[in-house]
Amino acid sequence: MPDFRDPDLASAVADVIETGTGLDEKAVLAILRLPDDEIPAALDAAHQVRMKWCGPEVEVEGIVSLKTGGCPEDCHFCSQSGLFTSPVRAVWLDIPALVEAAKQTAATGATEFCIVAAVRGPDARLMSQMRDGVKAIKEAVDIQVAASLGMLSQEQVDELVEMGVHRYNHNLETAQSFFPNVVTTHTWEERFETLRMVRESGMEVCCGGILGLGETIEQRAEFAMQLAELDPHEVPLNFLNPRPGTPLADNTVVDPRDALRAIAAFRLALPRTILRFAGGREITLGDLGTRDGLLGGINAVIVGNYLTTLGRPATADIDLLAELKMPVKALSATL
Amino acid sequence: MTAPGWCDRCGESLARGDHVACAAARQLEPPRYCPQCRRRMKVQVLPQGWRAICVEHGATATV
Repeated sequence: MPDFRDPDLASAVADVIETGTGLDEKAVLAILRLPDDEIPAALDAAHQVRMKWCGPEVEVEGIVSLKTGGCPEDCHFCSQSGLFTSPVRAVWLDIPALVEAAKQTAATGATEFCIVAAVRGPDARLMSQMRDGVKAIKEAVDIQVAASLGMLSQEQVDELVEMGVHRYNHNLETAQSFFPNVVTTHTWEERFETLRMVRESGMEVCCGGILGLGETIEQRAEFAMQLAELDPHEVPLNFLNPRPGTPLADNTVVDPRDALRAIAAFRLALPRTILRFAGGREITLGDLGTRDGLLGGINAVIVGNYLTTLGRPATADIDLLAELKMPVKALSATL
Repeated sequence: MTAPGWCDRCGESLARGDHVACAAARQLEPPRYCPQCRRRMKVQVLPQGWRAICVEHGATATV
């Protein structure tokens, strides 16, 4: 039985370990509110769930920005919005550089390469670039290609399937009740519609969000439950890295203890998903926190750099996985 | 060769303030402003590095 003072919570978490069925919202909230001295118990329980229902493998991914900056949307956390005074300028990556980025990613041992564009949704130019880029990568590099291009039409979903994109990322970002505080140029429901089409297409669904946008602890629990209902293949968990020039530039970084509570809570809400460490972990958790997360429910990492910021060296994460005796997921394996 | 005059993170003069916080942030960020002319640069972050181009002073890169 997990070592919590609340016997009801201990029983609920024991059920997750036993059955692989996620916690309900009340129990997720209880995890998010645990006193500091019970955080290790939450991480230990989350690790047990991950090991039992996902196994010891860790999925390693690299990401690259195909089209940076100049985005017409107003996601308040994002330095790539053209509506803010961010110093990030618009730039496109050419196909040879995209292929080189995929090669660099594969060389780290990663099996996933996600191509990202800062757009509301792809236009004809971006879809053409994707078609050429995915083809060139598949000819040159043995790696799975994922994409994150904003909101899609059904025709674009079908095109991406035809290209061989196996997973599509579209984050809901935060709880439905808090989303209008973060984005005003489109709705949570519009994002959900893209996710519905992606799911029906057969592509894997990757959907997560960012903690530290100003949401309450209750809204973190709400968000975990909304993701659990969606049941994505992968949930990338980001922590806000406040960017200069954005409306959230002055937000404080998530307290590392709250970040660890959230990692455990999201794993206990989503026992079978690929739960990925994504942006912001370096400034929120540092090296020790990365280790704690991997021993607390995380079973996937983005290695190397992010879209507009830098990560710690990929070798640091790969070496840590070796030290923790967590094998990197092989290309042919599925979690 | 003259010393850089501008902070490549915030774009302000290096003669004003100590830019210690900027230097710390730059450990996990690429440069955004040209240190010679303070123009905003076109910056591409790549999985293992970055490259930045100033329209006046050309490219700098780690890869």
